[in-house]
Amino acid sequence: MTIDWAVVETAIPLLAKGTLVTLQVSLVAGVLASILGFVLGLCALSNMRLIRGVVLGYVDFVRGTPLLIQIFLVFFALPVIGIRLSEIWAGIAALAFNTAGYIAETVRGCVGSVERGQTEAAKSIGMTHPQILVSILLPQAMRPIIPPLTNELISMMKSSSLLSVISVYELTRAGQAIISVHFVPFEIYLLLALYYYVLIKTLSWLSRRLERRMPVF
Amino acid sequence: MATRAHSGDLVLTVRGLTKTFADKTVLQAIDLDVARGETVVIIGASGSGKTTLLRCINHLESPSAGLVDLEGRPIGRIERQDGSFRPANERELARQRRGIGFVFQRFNLFPHLTALDNVAIGLYKVRGVPKAEARERAAEQLMRVFLGEHMMKLPGQLSGGQQQRVAIARAIVFGPVVVLYDEPTSALDPELVREVLDVIRMLAGEGMTSVIVTHEMSFAREVANRVIFLDAGAIVEQGLPAQVFGAPREPRTRRFLEHFRSSLANVEQSDAQSKPETET
Repeated sequence: MTIDWAVVETAIPLLAKGTLVTLQVSLVAGVLASILGFVLGLCALSNMRLIRGVVLGYVDFVRGTPLLIQIFLVFFALPVIGIRLSEIWAGIAALAFNTAGYIAETVRGCVGSVERGQTEAAKSIGMTHPQILVSILLPQAMRPIIPPLTNELISMMKSSSLLSVISVYELTRAGQAIISVHFVPFEIYLLLALYYYVLIKTLSWLSRRLERRMPVF
Repeated sequence: MATRAHSGDLVLTVRGLTKTFADKTVLQAIDLDVARGETVVIIGASGSGKTTLLRCINHLESPSAGLVDLEGRPIGRIERQDGSFRPANERELARQRRGIGFVFQRFNLFPHLTALDNVAIGLYKVRGVPKAEARERAAEQLMRVFLGEHMMKLPGQLSGGQQQRVAIARAIVFGPVVVLYDEPTSALDPELVREVLDVIRMLAGEGMTSVIVTHEMSFAREVANRVIFLDAGAIVEQGLPAQVFGAPREPRTRRFLEHFRSSLANVEQSDAQSKPETET
């Protein structure tokens, strides 16, 4: 087995462009997924059964179907009902909707496990259920939410490689393009693994720093 | 049969309050009247239903049966057009509870908020008081419980006694009709009990209507206008502290107080020894 170093050299800058797209997609989808996930997670703790039911149904669907199928649904099925998104936005939407479901579960779990006395004290001063969730329980749940939230975001960043199937020119797709020209799968896939590894290590390092800076209650 | 040491208008009336958990009856048809300015102390063994009674009064626990009224207005139920009642939903209950202050055994302060905001949050989140004014009013209450210097600290930076005093300030900042204290000193180290009892005594002395569940018998004897002995979920005996403690009529009350007799003597002794401390 010999490594074609010349190809590796040309590949590195080419992959950088794909890396940028992966980062952009992950950042936008991550922000959207977090916002939606927090909202859904708090809704899952609502005392209105209908709202809870809708969120549970959503989470159930997201977890019960493959992400690849969800990507195809957004990209191929939504146009049928008149919603046509570009490849990259369809990809972002699919990743965000998928990850939001998992984040919602995390938020629900962490916010729901804040000690019961907190809810009772808030009730005793006349706070309503939504006020209690947002002003009392959520702030106390932020630190325990960080590690599982990071896991979901890391998982999402890895899954963004699936967007190559709808021709989003992200890291994996960029690698495949090089392979199709030079036919050097071993070198390129190894490089791809390395690129993803660095991205993900950076993300989890950032998350650990953030967690350490959050107050403990 | 309701013995009242206080005349005057009733602010809290409880009728036939019953609570059952699964197949266990914790409270059996409790009737209780509390007059304005009165201090009622509820004593009884653990498991007698004291805490459940308090929690049912402000509907942290929903009663299985019975009615609670605060200044003639229902708690936990809403009058329909036709005069019948339906259970209040959470939002309505939140509004009804605002006339009742509640002090928890384990303080239950909000750990992410300063002492000041623990007290102020009810005003600015619930009552819509502007934040600056809410904090001003909260500061007044904290000074009232001698915590003026600790307003900007988080609960984790305060001693148990200080935390409980913040919790009392939080409970009274609304100007509630009645304050319910659920074993307010049971979670405290012995040396911190006094500062909390002093504050409760002071507030009661200023006319704050109070219902106190406690195991501090000497405090109960001193602060109460009326003592209620609860056993197996029912009021066994009530009356003036001198009567209930000095000459209990019911054998069950006597037996219960026997357990405290020795510790009561100790407390009174240590009370006599320790000089009143001024805490900031």
